[in-house]
Amino acid sequence: MTIPADTAILSRKARSWTLVAGLALVGLHLVVALLTLVWTPFDPTELAGRRLEAPSLLHLAGTDRLGRDLLTQIMIGSRIALTVGTAAVAIGAVLGTTLGLLAAFASNWLDDALAAALDILIAFPTLLIAMLVVAASDGANLSTAILALGLGLSPIVARLARILAKRVLLMDYITAARTSGTSWPAIVRIHVLPNIWPGLSVNLALQFGLAVIAEASLSYLGLGAPPPNASWGRLLQEAQGTVFSAPIGAITPGIALVSLVIGINLLADGLRERNDPARSER
Amino acid sequence: MLFVLLRLLPGDPANALLGVGATSEQVAAARSQLGSDQPLFAQFLLFLVNLARFDFGASFVSRAPVLGEIANRLSVTLPLTLAGFVLALLLAVPLGIVAAVKADKPFGAMISVVSQLGVAVPVFWVGILLVTLFAVNLRWLPSGNFPLRGWRNWDDALTAMVLPVLTIGLVMGASVLRYVRAATLDVLNSDYIRTARALGSSLPEALRRHGLRNGAVPVVSILGIELASTFLGAVVVERVFNLPGLGSMLLLGIQQRDYPNVQGVLFVSTLMVLLVGFAADIVQRLLDPRLRESVAS
Amino acid sequence: MSALLAIEDLSVEAGGRRLISDLSLAIGPRERVGLIGESGSGKSLTALAVSGLLPRGLLPHGSIRLAGREVIGAAERELNALRGSAVAIVFQEPLTALDPLMTVGRQVAEPLARRAKRDGAPLRGSALASAVLDLLRDVALPDPARLAHAFPHQISGGQRQRVAIAMALACRPALLIADEPTTALDVTTQAEILQLLDRLASERDMALLFIGHDLAVVASAVDRVVVMRQGVAVESGPVATVLAAPSHDYTKGLLQAARHFDDAIGRRL
Repeated sequence: MTIPADTAILSRKARSWTLVAGLALVGLHLVVALLTLVWTPFDPTELAGRRLEAPSLLHLAGTDRLGRDLLTQIMIGSRIALTVGTAAVAIGAVLGTTLGLLAAFASNWLDDALAAALDILIAFPTLLIAMLVVAASDGANLSTAILALGLGLSPIVARLARILAKRVLLMDYITAARTSGTSWPAIVRIHVLPNIWPGLSVNLALQFGLAVIAEASLSYLGLGAPPPNASWGRLLQEAQGTVFSAPIGAITPGIALVSLVIGINLLADGLRERNDPARSER
Repeated sequence: MLFVLLRLLPGDPANALLGVGATSEQVAAARSQLGSDQPLFAQFLLFLVNLARFDFGASFVSRAPVLGEIANRLSVTLPLTLAGFVLALLLAVPLGIVAAVKADKPFGAMISVVSQLGVAVPVFWVGILLVTLFAVNLRWLPSGNFPLRGWRNWDDALTAMVLPVLTIGLVMGASVLRYVRAATLDVLNSDYIRTARALGSSLPEALRRHGLRNGAVPVVSILGIELASTFLGAVVVERVFNLPGLGSMLLLGIQQRDYPNVQGVLFVSTLMVLLVGFAADIVQRLLDPRLRESVAS
Repeated sequence: MSALLAIEDLSVEAGGRRLISDLSLAIGPRERVGLIGESGSGKSLTALAVSGLLPRGLLPHGSIRLAGREVIGAAERELNALRGSAVAIVFQEPLTALDPLMTVGRQVAEPLARRAKRDGAPLRGSALASAVLDLLRDVALPDPARLAHAFPHQISGGQRQRVAIAMALACRPALLIADEPTTALDVTTQAEILQLLDRLASERDMALLFIGHDLAVVASAVDRVVVMRQGVAVESGPVATVLAAPSHDYTKGLLQAARHFDDAIGRRL
């Protein structure tokens, strides 16, 4: 069973609207992230105001428990989320696709073993696997978080890649290629990868959203990138401690996070529509 | 597999235990104490023997037996997960069916959009928002405060569980709802529903008689995965509400490099994943005669 | 008011495209009419329109009167009362048309109990069970007692179609619509199902709307045919007339194809 894009209930016009909305949301975060490389309203470590100030013209999102500007940190959060998300999905994609293709090509028992292992690993949330990887490494930092999330995503990608690749390998043109003496690496490059890519890329876009959530969760648990990397998860974790006196700080970073994830999901829906118009049109 | 997974991870438990800057003698002593200086195969055998006896050893930090600690923690995590699961089902099944049946009406579309939103929200933020609303603004419920004496203070324990259960129920419910909706849409487009209606059955009656059971088959396998991963993912909710569950034991174990504890939690978690998967399989076979036969042959 | 089914100027539209245009068709009690056309000609849509079961997004215009009641624009509740009393349908693919998770006996019992309840003489328990067995026997299924406990995937395609027919008969409809009932079956089973429909229609005084793409099959089951092409009825009349002197090129083509086919398998039309 597949989850149809919920936008399938909408008209064709409305569907292209979701693509535009997705692009706009993700684009906004991208622009903000790039902006933080050259300019932020305040220095992220500067104690720019009093502690736990409510939002004002000077501090649009208020200040944190030390008096640092929250908008600055939320903006930097966009950069962290996009960086970690992109890198983790890239790692997950390479690792997962390799593993999935290996299983698809492997002899029966190895394929069965890998498939069974993936079925169990799939029940382990990305976050849990990432936690264990962080646990096994020497300390929480940005690259550990990226690697951990990438590893955590790879079983999901591997499982899908295996299923898609097995489907392609049943095709007649693969048999034709094999009988004509094409080597396995060439078959993968010429036939398999291009054919599984449409299905895989939509899934990878969705994984990106999951990676952003998982990164925030990891940071929330204190296992993500350490300060001064202002991850949304860590902002929310800090704000939770002061939620009785300044509840607003526990809300704005979450809105930023959710807007990015929704943007990505809309984009994925739009991609699905473009890659597979036959299926989404019914 | 768990063993392999844990051993494959980089880092030496002895190093981790002692921290950076330990002398090589200290490391060697710690290793022989942990048994990690033995050949890998011997370690594995010992590991298996201990597993069979459900003996996970004692915590590096507190020296308390791991198994007893796990039992304590399960008394929090298990009811939390199961209650959240039941709440999720109560929300997701009726709303998912309505969302599919009324897919072309504003109400159905609204449910879909809300559930779509629900899966974009991280669990911990839902928890924080609920705390902000119910504990900070309305002051109806505590934001944590699970009693130290656990369920022996059952009324305090119960009130402390309300918001965590609500959090899990909402997040899991949003995710399950989408699957229920998809399964219902499949059922609505099915020929047997059309047959039933062509022979005079009303749509609600046809859905009740044929749809529920047919739609349940694919949803049950999803429910298995959802339940297992919610159990494993309880760490976040437990952190938000400061609950002494299995997840916080894992987190603490990771932070303190307390490997026997981590290993024990992982073992129990894996067992739980397998059990839930097995249960989902059995339920599916009970529902679908075609699956029953494939196992008989 | 003598016609059981009276379709007048029926058009069905989807997104501005016309799938059926200005179709008119009347069927009297005990009359047998065939609707012939290739796939996409709108013949199956006609069956769905008659029973008010058109998929979402398909809009019917014109008039369909079934047992004196207007179908187009009727409330769901009225339609439910018409379906399973005035009309019942047998669909093309018996495997998907039956609920895969329910035994054959229970599936037949469902419309049977509903019809009995509507007639004010509810059937329950052993009376219902024996009525189910009677029906299964009526459609010439072997060993009904055993078959009633079988699931659809455990019986053959021909048997499934007999079950689907039994379910339609359970409604005791005035009009039975058979939408390509033999297309999914092999030739021998096809002939058996045709004979069965023929016998049942006469025994039970049912009118029959037989829908198919195969001229020979449809012609053998009905008295009068309507030939449809791209949503338009291009020709209609008694079977003998249409076969002997087809006036439309499309019908001639169908006829020729059928003759070639018959010559090939050495059977007379």
